[in-house]
Amino acid sequence: MKLHELAHARTGDKGDTSNISIIAYRAEDYPLLAEQLTAERVAQFFEGLREPGAAPVRRYELPNVQALNFVLPGILRGGVTRSLALDAHGKCLGSALLELTIFE
Amino acid sequence: MKTLRIGSGAGYSGDRIEPAVELAEQGDLDYLVFECLAERTIALAQQARINDPAGGYDPLLAERMRRVLPFVGHHRGKRRLRVITNMGAANPVSAAAEVRRIASELGLNCKVVAVVGDDVLAQLGPEHVLDNGQTLGSLGTRLVSANAYLGVDGILDALREDADVVITGRVADPSLFLAPQMFEFGWAASDWTLLGRGTLVGHLLECAGQVSGGYFAEPGLKHVDDLARLGFPLAEIDADGAAVITKVAGSGGLVSPATCTEQLIYEVHDPAAYLTPDVTADFSRVAFTQEGADRVRAKGAAGRARPEQLKVSVGYLDGWIGEGQMSYGGPGAVARAQLARDIVLKRLALTGVKLQEVRAELIGMDALHGPRSSVEPWEVRLRVAARCDERSDAVRIGNEVETLYTNGPAGGGGASKSVRQVVAVASLMLPRDQVNARIQA
Repeated sequence: MKLHELAHARTGDKGDTSNISIIAYRAEDYPLLAEQLTAERVAQFFEGLREPGAAPVRRYELPNVQALNFVLPGILRGGVTRSLALDAHGKCLGSALLELTIFE
Repeated sequence: MKTLRIGSGAGYSGDRIEPAVELAEQGDLDYLVFECLAERTIALAQQARINDPAGGYDPLLAERMRRVLPFVGHHRGKRRLRVITNMGAANPVSAAAEVRRIASELGLNCKVVAVVGDDVLAQLGPEHVLDNGQTLGSLGTRLVSANAYLGVDGILDALREDADVVITGRVADPSLFLAPQMFEFGWAASDWTLLGRGTLVGHLLECAGQVSGGYFAEPGLKHVDDLARLGFPLAEIDADGAAVITKVAGSGGLVSPATCTEQLIYEVHDPAAYLTPDVTADFSRVAFTQEGADRVRAKGAAGRARPEQLKVSVGYLDGWIGEGQMSYGGPGAVARAQLARDIVLKRLALTGVKLQEVRAELIGMDALHGPRSSVEPWEVRLRVAARCDERSDAVRIGNEVETLYTNGPAGGGGASKSVRQVVAVASLMLPRDQVNARIQA
């Protein structure tokens, strides 16, 4: 099923880096997300959007709030202040990531 | 010991004003904090100040103060709420003077104190290197502003001076909220655990409505009542830093563990090391529990020693961005918009427009995250944006899009164009002893 059914997301920005939180609606789904949503998988999903040569995507775990935090350097292409992107803050990125499939 | 009540009256410069007034009226607050500075706001404000030496502070300062000052100061010997805000932007001293003028117009007696010292532009030399690799010297006259992120120090001084209203420039967002907690509870500046807890409260509140149901709703999955009347959050805090996030009864919105979790992680990288000028806060073991309707308890924050260096945000002029848009609809819309895109890019090359970087995309197809869907939409909008060194080149982008009306594919409509100067922001680090926060009453 789609991640959209299992979790919600919010995206933040700092410089040219976005962070995307993925938060399970139900605590019992958190282990499944932690197992399948690797930093590599998230990096692959956003392949082509990130600056070539940007530092790797990092993942942080927050089990107490059934959430994962993904940090994506270089995805804002020079940062909010000089980016040509329609969504220069990258605010919509988290919603896009909810398109991923989670296997039961 | 008493419970401290701190409300959040703004999450950004242009935020709604009525929810702040509602908090002032019905929140039974000790403090109302307005956080209004985004990453480059100060650089833009500094440009405004160059044009008007008495300007350079938040454009909504006067309106906000007119609405909330009647709840500030003393009444029948009892102190009512105090206001802390970074709406001073590039000119806290002039902003404070403006607030004094408004108070006197309203016949109110309140003490307004400005915090200065964040502006370090004059202290920096051409040898300083930005995180993007450029030196300040290489920016020459394009350098606009350099502001250090101050912590609680100046605000604490102002509160000790009995200020009713504290106006700052660049201060780390959570510090605006941490300072009143330290002041009221007498927390030591080296009690990292308490400072970590207080910073969590500040971090949860600093974006105002984003923790009380704003930026959260999703029909069918996440329901939030009455977002048109969204209530802004307040925290009830005990002397040991235990806190409940809530909002005024009867306001719209939602405070739940889910809304708090979204805000907990917002703009955080490593949750175990959230750096502020005051503390290295640790949010990695935070947990939330619902204690009633729209009441959530936050627990588990900790902290370690504060960083030895302060971040300095540097604003500089970086050319111009020109943009043009045109819509296409009905059968074949995407093909016509793609043709239009090709024509504009070819025209920009043919006519020798000098571009540093260009993007041409179809809103509705590939503008946000690149191409994915193969479904043909009912309508699509071409967007061409480019960064140019010269304004005269940037103007050409929108003009070329507009000429699609009579020169491009069939059925283009609703052209729009714009040109704006780019004020870019980069950062550098300064040892904290080189930054000197002080107050100006």
